[in-house]
Amino acid sequence: MWRGRKDSLCLEIRAMIVETIRAFLKDRGYLEVFTPLLTIAPAPEPHIEHFKADDHYLISSPELNIKRLIADTGIKKAFQISPVFRKSERGKFHNPEFTMLEWYEVGRDYVDLMDQCEGLINYILSQIKDSSIPFTPAVMPPISCRRLSIKDAFSVASGWIPKSPVDEARFDKDLVEKIEPRLNEWGTGVFLYDWPKERASLARVKRDEQGDLVAERVEFYLNGIEVANGFSELIDPVEQRKRFLRDNTMGYPLPEEFLSSLARLPECAGMAIGIERLHMAIAGEDNIDNVLTFPFETA
Amino acid sequence: MYSSSDLRKGLKIVIDSEPYIITDFEFSKPGKGQALYRCKLKNMLTGYTMDRTYRSGDKFEPANLNEVRMQYLYQDGDGFHFMNMATYEQIDMTEGQVGDAKNFLKENMEVAILFFNETPISIDLPNFVELEVVDAPPGIKGDTATGATKPVTLDTGYTIQVPLFIEEGDILKIDTRTGQYVERKKR
Repeated sequence: MWRGRKDSLCLEIRAMIVETIRAFLKDRGYLEVFTPLLTIAPAPEPHIEHFKADDHYLISSPELNIKRLIADTGIKKAFQISPVFRKSERGKFHNPEFTMLEWYEVGRDYVDLMDQCEGLINYILSQIKDSSIPFTPAVMPPISCRRLSIKDAFSVASGWIPKSPVDEARFDKDLVEKIEPRLNEWGTGVFLYDWPKERASLARVKRDEQGDLVAERVEFYLNGIEVANGFSELIDPVEQRKRFLRDNTMGYPLPEEFLSSLARLPECAGMAIGIERLHMAIAGEDNIDNVLTFPFETA
Repeated sequence: MYSSSDLRKGLKIVIDSEPYIITDFEFSKPGKGQALYRCKLKNMLTGYTMDRTYRSGDKFEPANLNEVRMQYLYQDGDGFHFMNMATYEQIDMTEGQVGDAKNFLKENMEVAILFFNETPISIDLPNFVELEVVDAPPGIKGDTATGATKPVTLDTGYTIQVPLFIEEGDILKIDTRTGQYVERKKR
């Protein structure tokens, strides 16, 4: 059953968020693309389980197919807004089906992504604030943004510095128990960048100032909620194949089409925003069910 | 055995040989990491609460809890005695195990007792019980102020605040969930 008439406001906010994203990206020359939701070979990333549909899989992200398009068509700026699917992910911040915005731009890196993301978020917030929708966002533009390396965040909040090879169990536990509770204190928007290299499935790896291997990857948290993830893209097909083989614990078919296109992918960077999470952060909601039309169990 | 994906609010599991109930639950998957299951747990014996974070692959023993209809018989130096109404088997509980329920237990009263394995851990009372006033100070004449109360002692030894017109020998209806007076039944 629909939650009630008064909640139709959440439909308007959602529509407004998606419209403003399209307007923002189109104004800046990004082409909206529509890559398939069914794939023969999903990205074999650690900890992501795919739904099977006959001899295909539902995508967990349009990443591989957008990169194939950029590699093979010469498009420099592209974005897609579409549903994505992740099996067994359900909780206050997770629904197995959700909506993802992903944008890619040739010649950029993960530092540029932080600027782009901040610009996009402030644009969305100001458009909503100035709209006729009778709603006051829980966060107001311009948001105060803080950029912290993973090493700095951990040294402040958990008293140790994760270095590769990192103890991933300890890393994850401290991330939720010690880092996430501090986010709001650090800023309305927080970028955490330079993740341990184990946390890079499709991201470029570099040495940081201390000479440790880190992924050129950034996560963005808005109002305490993880809403976005982006990175400088790995464009080396040999290294990419190695990582897929390492991470393919579920035994998915390897994405050979993607791997062969990757040799032609120019240096680029891409970022993904979970639309429902963004909606939650903007509306001040603490349960994803409050921004979904129909949650997974009753969809 | 339960696995991590079975964890949810209200689930009862055994940790270090004691039963716990999950009072709050959150699924988490931080920064492309593994699935984490964050639980607030309450010890069903002691009431002690704690936070625990579990991972995929963790296993949990279900807490073997069951409720049995019992009749309260009497209290003596050994504690409180109950009889299983199906098997006529008798059990005793200590004052600590009985807890606040002792204020409302009358002989022959039917209750539901929750067992963890063979150990009784709590008593589920009827929502309302009728108890007799065994000691009441006289109402002060002329004091008719609305809401004025006085303490009286009931036949279970429980002391309760009641309106001034209540006298020794009255039967009172008591809400066992709040421990408060509801109304006078009869003399």
